[in-house]
This record gives sequence, structure tokens and C-alpha cells, in this order.
Amino acid sequence: MERAVTPQATLVSADTSASRALVLESGRSDAHYWRDLWRFRELAGFLAWRDIKVRYKQASLGVAWAVIQPVIQTLLLTFVFGKLAKMPDGGLPYFLIVLCGNLAWQLFTSAFNGAGNSLVGNSHLISKVYFPRLVVPVSALAVALVDFSIMLLLTVPAIALHGILPNWQLLCLPLFILLAVIIALGAGLWIAALTVKYRDFRFITPFVLQIGVFVTPVGYRTDFLPNWRDLLALNPLSGVVDGMRWCLLGGRTDLYLPGVAVSALIGLLLLGTGLWYFRQTERRFADEI
Amino acid sequence: MSEIPVISVENLSKRYIIGHETRHDTLRDRLTHGARRLLRGQRNKSEEEEFWALRDVSFDIRRGEVVGVIGRNGAGKSTLLKILSRITEPTSGRVTLRGRVASLLEVGTGFHPELTGRENIYLNGAILGMSKLEITRKFDEIVAFAEVERFLDTPVKRYSSGMYVRLAFAVAAHLEPEILIVDEVLAVGDQQFQEKCLGKIRQVTRQDARTVLFVSHNLKSVEQLCDRAIHLKNGCAAGIGPASEVVSQFIHTGNTNHSAPEDLKLSPKLVLKRFALEKSECPGRGSLGYQLRFTATEAVTIQEIFILVQNLQGERVGLLDLRRPAGARRLAAGATLTINGAITPCLLVEGEYVLGLFMHADNEQREHRDLIQFNVRPAPPRHGLPAIVTQALGTTLLDGDFHEEIERAP
Repeated sequence: MERAVTPQATLVSADTSASRALVLESGRSDAHYWRDLWRFRELAGFLAWRDIKVRYKQASLGVAWAVIQPVIQTLLLTFVFGKLAKMPDGGLPYFLIVLCGNLAWQLFTSAFNGAGNSLVGNSHLISKVYFPRLVVPVSALAVALVDFSIMLLLTVPAIALHGILPNWQLLCLPLFILLAVIIALGAGLWIAALTVKYRDFRFITPFVLQIGVFVTPVGYRTDFLPNWRDLLALNPLSGVVDGMRWCLLGGRTDLYLPGVAVSALIGLLLLGTGLWYFRQTERRFADEI
Repeated sequence: MSEIPVISVENLSKRYIIGHETRHDTLRDRLTHGARRLLRGQRNKSEEEEFWALRDVSFDIRRGEVVGVIGRNGAGKSTLLKILSRITEPTSGRVTLRGRVASLLEVGTGFHPELTGRENIYLNGAILGMSKLEITRKFDEIVAFAEVERFLDTPVKRYSSGMYVRLAFAVAAHLEPEILIVDEVLAVGDQQFQEKCLGKIRQVTRQDARTVLFVSHNLKSVEQLCDRAIHLKNGCAAGIGPASEVVSQFIHTGNTNHSAPEDLKLSPKLVLKRFALEKSECPGRGSLGYQLRFTATEAVTIQEIFILVQNLQGERVGLLDLRRPAGARRLAAGATLTINGAITPCLLVEGEYVLGLFMHADNEQREHRDLIQFNVRPAPPRHGLPAIVTQALGTTLLDGDFHEEIERAP
């Protein structure tokens, strides 16, 4: 029986030369980590595929869940901020203002939750198999992105139906999606790593998110709150929400650029420190999980 | 080519810290504990204890060698494999790996019950380190080995435990790493399948000349498959050398204990509090009394309990069925189940034997080997007849009356 030369064959000869030996020692940081991460990209894909498949096994139920919950939340917030609090709508249907805001917020929430719970949720794998642990929170973002895409596909026509057609601003949407993911991943990495050591961090997440809905301009527009704008800008998600709203509503809301800049900065800071803490504590995950 | 060792372990040690109070799993616990200590003004060092799972272990493995790792439960075998598999870090010492490692610490890692057999093959293969291309190439072989063609597109939660295990092992058996690290995963499945697995491992090691590190309680397979063996005892390397030598050293260093380790966790919800024998030996055809005590940490249903008996070569010689006609036993959280009984008559030929347990609780099946050792003395001779040499007796004492008549020639 012939054995075809597998791609591994070439990798094998490179790895076994004495100069490429792998040394395992206490406290030794792995110079190969990022290369390993690339090597395990397929695993990240498989884990993401697994999560999506399991979620959407019963396709109708999966899609319904991705839609019903955000829609209900949107309706509630519209009622509270639009009708009860009578926040200014600047001539736009209040429902649409909240819809766009909620779209961004849901992306953050599911990505953050997914990443934050990913390590403890995959504890079995972590204690039995080697792979760079960063694969786990990153793959957990997939489901959030799929849910977001479904909602987006419903939102754009809904907006168009109100006579607001998409404009060039829509092209900037990917940038704001990326920003949301960066913030969610950064915060998620912190929570994931902390939860391995202190299980009760799991309970901090829903609590933070509950407050978050109100201190993020999901249910209201920042451009009509000039006094509060700067304070709100400290919340990195303000920039994301404002940005997505601006993209989807054809630029009819104002985009506060300094706010977006602050969001981006804080987001990158979160991601950078999150990565650092994650890597620091990674070596002890299998022991503590 | 074989000059530079493929695995070099130098003075490897691994320490775990076990707290005598409950582990601080939550921030709240840690904060309240810290506050309490502050108020009392003491530093209570005695709350934490160090447990050295491995102590100063050193050895080299050359390319193409098959090395077995043997030792009692808790000797450090799994910890050693975890470190070599890069799952956990050494506390001190150093390991040098020159080659790609694939580890099989468990069969079916990552299997998801909602996914089909086909999907799980890809998922499990990827988790074990195979590329998608590789899995596709070997897909048909894997399915044929597992004998699950008909059920490929059924969710795995519908598989019987046998099928599940066959599929999981089939994926793992088709790994082609340079260094393969295997932990007792062969202790699953039926006899026929175990033979098949051993055969595959033999093929992988002999024909393909891969380096294999193999932990097992089955001393016979260690002797058959391995060139060398390492005997771990309480975290130290008690013996390293040719497989047959190390195995007999292991058998004869009196790994005796007459009662199982206390508080052995049998499953997440069941703890073995006591498994002890009335005496550490009994005569053939005699009575061997035992006591078993389990405590449930949470409500649990125990479907089956068997006491397993194996000889020192690791082969199963018999089992004692502890199932109740009334059916599964249900224990509430905190409840204790005590079983007192005896193996009567004990029809084992004289020799040394080891008892283990097979537990089937909450739909999870687990074997726990090497719990107690005991001796069977020669059976008292019958009717004053001289005793028969042990080798000729086989493994079991058989009894039966007979009658006869002698006819005279007409």
C-alpha cells in the first residue's frame, strides 16, 4: 500500500532537526505560540462549526431564537425610551433608532458572553488535549457573528421599508463590526481567564450587561445629548452603537468622531491587556479548570 | 539517526497544592477567607498541603522505541503524560521534545452528542491534531475500522456505548504522529475490539517505527508491545529498563494493599469510602468476605456494580455481579450505600489477585482497577489426596461428583 506524502511529512522533517527542539519548562514562554496558533486555525474553525451546527441543528428554532429575543428587546426599549421617556428622535421612527442600536448591542453581548464562558464551557477539552488556548474564545465568536448576520439581513429591508435607503455609509459597517468584536474579545478574554480561577466571575457578566443596556446609547441617540456625550464616550460601545446606527440609517444620525476614536482606543487597550492576562494565566488553565 | 533522543526528560517534578479547607473557587470565598485571616491576625500555613505528583523523574526515549509506563493508581503516570502532552507545565525540571506529539489521553475527546458520526469524526480528528485533508483521506478507513457505516448520519447520542467507543478509537487509531502518547485507552470495548486495537497499535509501532509512550495496567500488553518500561512509584522513577524486567520488578515489589485508597472518586457524584476485605487471603474454595461503602455527593442512580477480579498479569479472571433483582439503586445526595458480602466459594487457583470495580452510574460506565490485592492459598486437599501442582490446575477450581463402576470381563 502506497503512502501518499502528506503535508505533515514536510513539517515533520523541519521539526525533528535538533535546532527546532521544543523545550518545556516552568515559566518558559512559548516562542512558538503564535505559529502554533496559526497551525491550529483549522481547529478554531471546527470548534466554531460545531457551535453553529449545534445551535442551528433545528434550523427553524435556531433562527427564531436569533430573531425573537432581539426584536422583543427592541420593542421594550422603544417603549421605555421613546414613549415613556419621550427621548428626541430627530425625525426618525424611534423603532428604527433602537433597532440599529440593539443590533450592535446584541453583537457585543453574544460575542462577549460566548468568549467569556468559552473556557469553562470547554473545560473537558482543555484538560485532555493540547492546543493554544486562545483558539477557544476566538472560535466562540462565530455564533455571535452568525446571529448578527441573520438580524442584519432582516434589519436592512426593515429600514428600507420605512423609506430610508442605504447609502455609502453602509460600506463602513464592517469597520464597526470589527470594533465590536475587538471590544467583546478583549473583555471576553479577561472574563474567561478570571473565570477559570474564580468561578463566580460568571455571575458578573450578566450583571454588567444589565447595566450596560442603559449606559450604552442603545435606546437613545447621543447626538441629542451634548452634555452627556463625552461621558458616554467613555463606554467604548457608544462608538460602536453610534457608528452602526450611522451606517444603517444612511447617515441621518450624527457620528461623533472623537467618540469613535475613544472607542477604538479603549477597545485596543482591552484587547491588548486581555491577551496579556490570558497568556499569563494560560499555563495554569488545565490545572485549575 | 537514533543518537539524539526524541524525548528527553530531566529532573521533572510537578507539584499540586491541595487545600484542606474548600478550594477557593470563587472570588467571594477568597475575599471572605482573606478577611477572616486578617481579623484573626494569623497566617495559617497548615491549610495548604503540597502534593508532589512527580519527583525528579529523568529518562530518555529514542526514536522508534515503544516505552511502557506502569505503576499503581496515583503514582504519577497520568501527570507525566499530561506534561509530555503540553497540557500542563512542569513545576521544575525540563522536557525536550523533538518531534510532533499526538496524545490520546481519552477516547472520544470532544465528541458532541448532537452531531452525527460523520461530523464527530471530523471534529475529533481536528481536536487530535489531524488536518481536514488528512481526515478526508482516511475517512473510509476510519469508518471501516469502526464498523459504523450504517449509522454515520445518526447523532452520536443514539449510539450504543460499544459503537461510540469503536468510533472514537477508530479516529485515534489513524493518527500518524511521530510521537504517540497513549493513556490506558485500551481498557474499553469488548474483547474482539480490544484485540483489534492492540493489533493496530502493534502495526503502528512495528511497521511504521513510531515512538510510542504507553501507559497501561495490562502488564501483559506492556510486556508484549514495549521494548522498555518505566515504573513510577509515588511520583519517582522506581525502575527503568527492559519491559519484562521492569514488569516483574513491579509485580514482586509487593504492591500490596488490603484496602482501597480512601475517598476514591468513582465518578463526579459517587465517592468510594471503603472497599476492604475481611482477610487479605483465603484458601481455595474458601470464603472471602468484603465490604463496600459508597457515598453520593449528589443524587445518583447506580445501574450496575461489579467487582472485577484480575490476576497480576492484568487479565480478567472473573467478576462478581452485585446487581439487584429489584433494579437500579437510587441514592439521594449525602446518602451512603454499604454492601457486605462474600465470594463464596472462592474457586480461584492459588495465586495473587487484584480486585477492581466496574461502576455504571447515571449512564456513565467506568472501570477502576488495582484497588485491593489479595492472595488465594492452595485449596485444602480433598479426601486426603495429594495436592496437584498449581501450574496444572489452570485458573479455576472445578468441582463435580462422579460415580463409576468397573465391569469384569465376561
